[in-house]
Amino acid sequence: MNHNYQKDIAGCGLTGLISRKRKRVSGAAISKSLTLMTDRGNGLGAGYAAYGIFPELPEHYAIHAMFDYESSRREMEESLRLRYDIEKIEEIPTTPVGSIKISPKLIRYFVKPKPERLRDANEKDYVVRTVMRVNSQIEGAYIFGSGKNMGVFKGVGNPSEIAEFYKIEEYEGYIWTGHTRFPTNTPGWWGGAHPFTLLDWSIVHNGEISSYGINKRYLEMYGYKLTLLTDTEVAAYILDLLVRKHGLDMRTACSVLAAPFWKDIDRMEEGEREAYIALRSTYGSALLNGPFSLLFGHSNGLVGINDRIKLRPLVAAEKDDMIYMASEESAIREICPTPDKVWAPRAGDPVIVELEDS
Amino acid sequence: MFEIEAKGVYFKELNEMIRAAIKDGEKDITLKNVNGQYYIGTGLCEKVNITIDGVPGNDLAAFMDGPTLLVQSNAQDNIANTMNSGKVVVHGHAGDVLGYGMRGGKLHIKSDVGYRVGIHMKGQKKNSPVIISGGTAGDFFGEYMAGGTLVLLGLEVEDGTPLVGDYLGSGMHGGQIFIRGEVDPTRCGAEVGVMELTEADLKVLRKYLEDFCKDFDLDIEEVMSKPFEKLEPVMARPYGNLYAY
Repeated sequence: MNHNYQKDIAGCGLTGLISRKRKRVSGAAISKSLTLMTDRGNGLGAGYAAYGIFPELPEHYAIHAMFDYESSRREMEESLRLRYDIEKIEEIPTTPVGSIKISPKLIRYFVKPKPERLRDANEKDYVVRTVMRVNSQIEGAYIFGSGKNMGVFKGVGNPSEIAEFYKIEEYEGYIWTGHTRFPTNTPGWWGGAHPFTLLDWSIVHNGEISSYGINKRYLEMYGYKLTLLTDTEVAAYILDLLVRKHGLDMRTACSVLAAPFWKDIDRMEEGEREAYIALRSTYGSALLNGPFSLLFGHSNGLVGINDRIKLRPLVAAEKDDMIYMASEESAIREICPTPDKVWAPRAGDPVIVELEDS
Repeated sequence: MFEIEAKGVYFKELNEMIRAAIKDGEKDITLKNVNGQYYIGTGLCEKVNITIDGVPGNDLAAFMDGPTLLVQSNAQDNIANTMNSGKVVVHGHAGDVLGYGMRGGKLHIKSDVGYRVGIHMKGQKKNSPVIISGGTAGDFFGEYMAGGTLVLLGLEVEDGTPLVGDYLGSGMHGGQIFIRGEVDPTRCGAEVGVMELTEADLKVLRKYLEDFCKDFDLDIEEVMSKPFEKLEPVMARPYGNLYAY
């Protein structure tokens, strides 16, 4: 790996966009936006997530996997064939990029659980179990995408290099997120680049989740396995637990991640106060502590949220049916020069955007 | 006037072009189509005017000592970090951590500012920084402030909407904050007292606001027509005993 870069001290950078009318936008836009913030990262990780890019196979789980060894691939495929009907296997299309000297083998599978194996089990639980099993048990194999009609493209490199490598401009999606990484506490490796995903959740994150240990132990009680050596992974699994498994709505889930301070709960009206006390008591271990700005995409929308005292930047903008969110306003203006409205979301106050037909 | 086309120019090259122009004796420089380039005006010590067309990147005017920067749109985070003298005028809103450790000069923002504005600001009689925002501010406004003046106007805010966030002036031990409206004392740091303005305060405030109104073509009488509250540290060395035994 090439470490010969000039270091500008920075933080991570993130960007995202959504067309509420499901207009599909080329990946060229998100990579242009992210590339403007290249200096927020240091070349040790960049990535993109896209929704709506596989309209020909929208009902199949798009399993994206990276393999360090041929044996890892064989072992995973054997396990996959046993449990899933595989509609299509393809190498994730890439193009050689001079600065990206090494990359894992990148394959995607379009699959559906075998009915006779699934039986009465919940289909999404079944997929989650597969992801956890592969990532924790098969040496050198990592599933980094497992949603429907969505794709994930990430690796070690700068935003423009990773975009070129995966030919991002050839995809068209109605929700996109992007991330450039400046790893601080954990290694820069292909699996450690953002977005982190599970089913159709995808997370990009700037900051550091200092509650990682508490969150990890809590998630492990529900069968999640944290294997990707980095804090952001917890956010994807917490959302899966809170929203998909426990049925919380998005706003309530956000108020678990960035819970109001006790002193502010004390000042609330009766009723609201009891609700927040109940939430903090029940989900104390799902609270994300430390500085963060997060974007999470899902099949019906895009959400942006900051930590409770806004220790990381987040700017949002609106133009017609499009909503943009990014670490810097200039990253939005790079692809939307004249937004109708630009604002800085308040600390802990989520920006929740849904597709019009959802 | 000297024009520099900034579209797509990397921040290092852009700043080199600005420095070269100043070295050539240019006093009035316009940067066209800026978008996100960092460090514009940073470390410059010459008395020049720089007009910025577009959204400048972070760390605008850091360590700046003399120039006047005119930003014709919004601006981002970390403006005027440890700035010593000169002026920055932003015709829009601006982001977080403005005027960090600022020690002189002026920062005028037409509308809202983000979190942590004016933290660790300092000043003395001869050189005292001033930050004025015409809009609202987030939490930690004037945190650890040691000197200088912060003014928050909330010109477009409806009555009853809070102008400023939590932890107002927490850890403040010098300087002054003027808020055009009422301050919720429970949102202030323990070291801060909320008081009425004296005649002398009003005189100083009017002087600062006249300059602000000139920059944004506002009516000073209208701005001064609403009552202000003043925040100042009321305790000397509040943590003096913290490590005493």
